Amino acid sequence: MSVILEMENICKQFPGVLANDRVCFSVKKGEVHALLGENGAGKSTLMNILCGLYKPTSGEIRLEGELVQFSSARDAMELGIGMVHQHFMLVPTMTVTENCLIGDKEGGSIKLDRKEAGQRLKELAERYGMEIDPDAIVGTLSVGEMQRVEIIKALFRGAKILILDEPTAVLTPQEARALFKMIRALTDNQFTVIFISHKLDEVKEISDRVTVLRLGAVVGTHDIAQCSIEELARLMVGREIIFDVVERQHPVGDILLEVNNLSLHRLHSHESNKLLDDLSFEIHEGEILGIAGVDGNGQAELVECLTGIRKASSGDAIYQEKDLLHLSTRDIMSHDVSHIPQDRQKTGLVMPMTLVENFALQDYYKTSFGKRGFLNWTSVEERSSKLIQDFSIKTPSAYELAQNLSGGNQQKVVAAREISREPKLLIAMHPTRGLDVGAVEYIHNQLIDQRDKGVGIMLVSTELEEIMRLSDRIIVLYEGRAMGCVRPSETTIEEMGLMMGGRTLDEIRNGRVKEAPVENMVM
Amino acid sequence: MDLLQTIGGYLFTDIRMAAPVLLAGLGLLLMNWSGLLNIGAEGIMLISALAAVVGSHFFGSVWMGLLLAMLAGAVFGLLFAVLTVTLRANQTVVGAALNILGLSLSTTLNRVFFGIETTVTKVDAFQVWEIPLLSKIPLIGRAFFAQMPIVYIAFLLVPLIHYFLFKTKPGLNLRSVGENPRVADTLGINVYRTQYLATIVGSMIIAVGGAFLSTGLLNFFAEDMVAGRGYIALAAVIFGKYRPTGIMFAAMIFMAGNVVSNVLQVAGVGIPYTFLTMIPYILTIIALTIFASRAVAPASLGRPYKRG
Repeated sequence: MSVILEMENICKQFPGVLANDRVCFSVKKGEVHALLGENGAGKSTLMNILCGLYKPTSGEIRLEGELVQFSSARDAMELGIGMVHQHFMLVPTMTVTENCLIGDKEGGSIKLDRKEAGQRLKELAERYGMEIDPDAIVGTLSVGEMQRVEIIKALFRGAKILILDEPTAVLTPQEARALFKMIRALTDNQFTVIFISHKLDEVKEISDRVTVLRLGAVVGTHDIAQCSIEELARLMVGREIIFDVVERQHPVGDILLEVNNLSLHRLHSHESNKLLDDLSFEIHEGEILGIAGVDGNGQAELVECLTGIRKASSGDAIYQEKDLLHLSTRDIMSHDVSHIPQDRQKTGLVMPMTLVENFALQDYYKTSFGKRGFLNWTSVEERSSKLIQDFSIKTPSAYELAQNLSGGNQQKVVAAREISREPKLLIAMHPTRGLDVGAVEYIHNQLIDQRDKGVGIMLVSTELEEIMRLSDRIIVLYEGRAMGCVRPSETTIEEMGLMMGGRTLDEIRNGRVKEAPVENMVM
Repeated sequence: MDLLQTIGGYLFTDIRMAAPVLLAGLGLLLMNWSGLLNIGAEGIMLISALAAVVGSHFFGSVWMGLLLAMLAGAVFGLLFAVLTVTLRANQTVVGAALNILGLSLSTTLNRVFFGIETTVTKVDAFQVWEIPLLSKIPLIGRAFFAQMPIVYIAFLLVPLIHYFLFKTKPGLNLRSVGENPRVADTLGINVYRTQYLATIVGSMIIAVGGAFLSTGLLNFFAEDMVAGRGYIALAAVIFGKYRPTGIMFAAMIFMAGNVVSNVLQVAGVGIPYTFLTMIPYILTIIALTIFASRAVAPASLGRPYKRG
């Protein structure tokens, strides 16, 4: 295989951060080359440079031996480099064809030839074993289908090198497998794929070679056949990490929260189309209940109903002999419930406020924070300093603005505020999303500590490993319905994947569906 | 026959009254599809209404007046684009500023050029272009085929802009900028240039509407003569669901209220005329309350875009 792409000594300086530090990266024609690294290792920056969105501070890019320079994404695309971004670059209100034609300059005519383009799309898709409806409105497609549209779009525009940025983050295991088949079909046809990921198993499975990035610099490039998963992990984080299963030897207490027939209807819609459909479950003291599922299957709505942010349509949620569904958020929180919201930057913290202020947000009205409507800043500050120390939050001072902290430290601030309230019920949604391994470990240990203290925890996460590692029981949500409730020790990743894709546990275990419907997944 | 004539007369007036609102709506539509929310149509119409009279007066031709009006519109559009696209200022605030600027600048310049007199300076207005034969069709003949040229331009722009937006590549590119500028950017579209172009061309179309007020419907400039039509156009875009044909019908429905109020005033019903003149505005409010929530605006309308 010949080298098709070389990036030499690429540096990218952002204000205050050197995102890429003399990165050298070379890709052979027809291979799957994985770019492995933790969040913030500089993978996305490097690829944004490659696809023309960023300009490198210094360094050279050679394509088939020739020096190239991109001043826009169109430049890169014209030379055959196409990127499938993590957040899809699609317009949901337009059709598949229209999405592929945006920015298209082929042909002299300014007229939009939807028919001809649709035909070409269909042929292209069929050649690589995908089916596609060019006239479908993108917004009506599933996430997996949208991803295929993105890939087709890149091919349609003449991409020879395809960059996939964390492509499996939003997919069920089955959809991911279908994607891998597609990738194979492409490389068999002399396309080159750059596969960005921080998931070791996937990298091991799909790639031919791997380049590992750490803190913006290349750690090394290896043939995948010569690397074990443990080695990859060590290269990525720079230290050995232990894939242990957390010990679950602790007594589970009484029922803490009992949810019965919780439903939430869509606004202006029919019965059949519910956001939450008849959910019933309970959480015990000292138990972690995991809520798994692909993003957008009702997790956020469930959390919002239980924390009083949204009004449920029917059902109840009994906690301390009260129905949470009929209490205000303030009432719920004052009954020893804590909430780590899904998005620390949007709903967890007020970014332009200092840490001291952010720490005071939840309980500011209580007398320990001040009297007669005045905040006692001295005691608030003391408390903040203590939390910063206890939770080892890295910040220059307690008066630093929340927005200036790293993601991991921001999350620690949220966790510190919520956990220090000594809750009895802790609702945590995506508590480790986007954090590096060290921070993830820290948050996990905090959750385990709380569990051991007898706190009932509802852990909502899309990371299967996290859910399997921490939970005592797991409920899988699909389109607002519970597909089943399992113990991590009694289930498999495959079973979880099937449930995340819409099969009930009953269907799977009673053998009514033998095989995942991967083969006939159609756009 | 009498009834036919009367209805034909109403239709004639409605179409003529709707033209400036339609033009302003179409101009706003182009900007909206590029993701820019401009509430400054009122100001652009005012300054261009004055520019039309000035051009007409000093160069002796309504067409020169129209040209000057479009130039004034383009300058306002450029100002809006510099502030909101390049400097990413709040679009609503800048739009409001354009309205204030348009009102005060047109008032001041009017007094500079024509002095503070009790008699207004009259200029030539556009002549009616009567299309032979077609204008003799009963009921709709005069309404459709015996109008001033700007009216024809306004209604011809409807299919033209529709074709541009939904059947051409540049139209698709423009819409993609309004829906998701980041997508457009990754596909190699120059988002800022698209927004500048849409704003300047859009403002020029709005300016044609403004010129029609002072050299078409009337033949002089009066302070604050736009009288809220810029805002009605804004409502027409939403009511028309961001489609040119929708805006056309919205403009005609809103301005029909104007026609009705005129008719009622002439007929001498016992309602004070101040209440009657409220009709088009009340219609606008009612229509917006009912339909605004259902309109599908371009997804990133009003949000400034920052590269990288």
